[in-house]
Amino acid sequence: MLDLAYEAPKPKVISGAKAEWELVIGLEVHAQVASNAKLFSGASTAFGAEPNSNVAFVDAAMPGMLPVINEFCVAQAVRTGLGLKAAINLVSAFDRKNYFYPDLPQGYQISQLYHPIVGEGEVIVDMGPGVARRVRIERIHLEQDAGKSIHDMDPAMSFVDLNRTGVALMEIVSRPDLRGPEEAAAYVGKLRQIMRYLGTCDGNMQNGNLRADVNVSVCRPGDYEKYRETGDHSVLGTRCEIKNMNSMRFIQQAIEYEARRQIAILEDGGSIVQETRLYDPDKGETRSMRSKEEAHDYRYFPCPDLLPLEIEQAWVDDIKASLPELPDEKKARFVNDFGLTEYDAGVLTADVDSAAYFESVAEGRDGKTAANWVINELFGRLKKDDRDITGSPVSPDQLGKIIDLITSGDISGKIAKDLFELVYVEGGDPAEIVEARGMRQVTDLSAIEVAVDEIIAQNPAQVEKAKQNPKLAGWFVGQVMKATGGKANPQAVNEIVARKLGV
Amino acid sequence: MSIDIDTARRVAHLARIAVAEDDLPALAQQLSGILTFMEQLNEVDVSGVEPMTSVTPMRLKRRADVVTDGGYPDRILSNAPDAREGFFAVPKVVE
Repeated sequence: MLDLAYEAPKPKVISGAKAEWELVIGLEVHAQVASNAKLFSGASTAFGAEPNSNVAFVDAAMPGMLPVINEFCVAQAVRTGLGLKAAINLVSAFDRKNYFYPDLPQGYQISQLYHPIVGEGEVIVDMGPGVARRVRIERIHLEQDAGKSIHDMDPAMSFVDLNRTGVALMEIVSRPDLRGPEEAAAYVGKLRQIMRYLGTCDGNMQNGNLRADVNVSVCRPGDYEKYRETGDHSVLGTRCEIKNMNSMRFIQQAIEYEARRQIAILEDGGSIVQETRLYDPDKGETRSMRSKEEAHDYRYFPCPDLLPLEIEQAWVDDIKASLPELPDEKKARFVNDFGLTEYDAGVLTADVDSAAYFESVAEGRDGKTAANWVINELFGRLKKDDRDITGSPVSPDQLGKIIDLITSGDISGKIAKDLFELVYVEGGDPAEIVEARGMRQVTDLSAIEVAVDEIIAQNPAQVEKAKQNPKLAGWFVGQVMKATGGKANPQAVNEIVARKLGV
Repeated sequence: MSIDIDTARRVAHLARIAVAEDDLPALAQQLSGILTFMEQLNEVDVSGVEPMTSVTPMRLKRRADVVTDGGYPDRILSNAPDAREGFFAVPKVVE
């Protein structure tokens, strides 16, 4: 496999009133498994259904109902693990995490505390060309999602919808390897990208299909290196956990605020209390979730309703064989095969659909030209309309044909942009549009010569000036292009103008 | 292992079971009795023995990823003490 070389980014340093501080961040990312049915019931996972309609008696925890595991959800977790280069545990087991909340009818969440299905892996988080953070993954376990409580429909009551209850989640736990707010957000972005490539989670943060709990602590410069050498967590600061964030921007803001809050306490001679906090985006601050303190006694025990989950190595191997090319490999290949810059390759591989679009355009064509057109013209145009690549009115085939017309010299680069706009708005075959609208580039030298002669004859004063100052020849080139409707071959015009003016 | 009154109170609270203060001493004593009885199992040396998870050799039963259930909100809500507009309605819980 191709790998791009990178070095680690510098940790973010915050200057307090008295000293410099560094951040240490670890995340627990909850990713909803892309599946049709729930983890332990046959109810649908579809988003946005009428309240309590995607609920089976198992999900509502009716007495006597038993969970039966959805094998595809298991495969999705394994697939995700393999995508994060992680160890797959052929034997894992389910435990009950007990707590009381109205949107959790069972009174416990079925999770995997003691024997998760996926063990240690890693993620390379890109922070710019040649700069990336290697983040160690501790584990991934499968668990049930809870339902949804709505608090603003009635002054005295909370309303509970169990549609999400029992949907499969993957909890992806990182080591405390992230060293700044931007890195933390980029890490979530990278996980999202990888899972979208794998098809294991749609990554829709707005719908809550990807959420993160963020552990933040601060330490003095040098402490973190000590921790990495010894593995001793006690050299790091006490951490606080900020729960349930579903926006990259809020993750960054919350970490920044939380770090400064902790630094202020420490510099005042206080100490950090390990606790769970919530981020309030309106106020831009985190606050303690006191109610969670007692609930922290989860009284885990093995779930008596479920036998251990045993999977076969051959099954894991089959899943491995079906993995698509992942973002890091794709990016490295784009750099190597198409001669793209790492930056451009990163832009094109950010999303699996964009990468596929580009490859389709680049096939049999110059990679750099294809990349320029996809990134500068297409992405720019789509962004203007707030569309994504899957909704592009210009197909890869159409864009490819536009590029072919430039390559063959039929149209100039400038005309190609007009042609692109026509294809974007009206559709159609680029070559036919060029014919029908007379957009073909004039490469007939004698025709260009006639146009140049006319401009020179009409502007004797300019001719005199240009003879003094050869830079003014550009004015003639511009006039000729204008006279020919931009269709003259610019190089030919340049040459002829220079020759006629004798500059 | 013995359960004191504070532990009994805490366990009851975590399970959301209302236990009158007067009943706690007896409850703590009973729980301690149960645990002491179970502790006899510690006398057996099980080192090197795999934990038994099933009395018959069984594999965890699996299901295909097909929607086969749900679609009956009325039945889901039929036992709810209070339901409105398709939701369970519960006393306000706000974080």
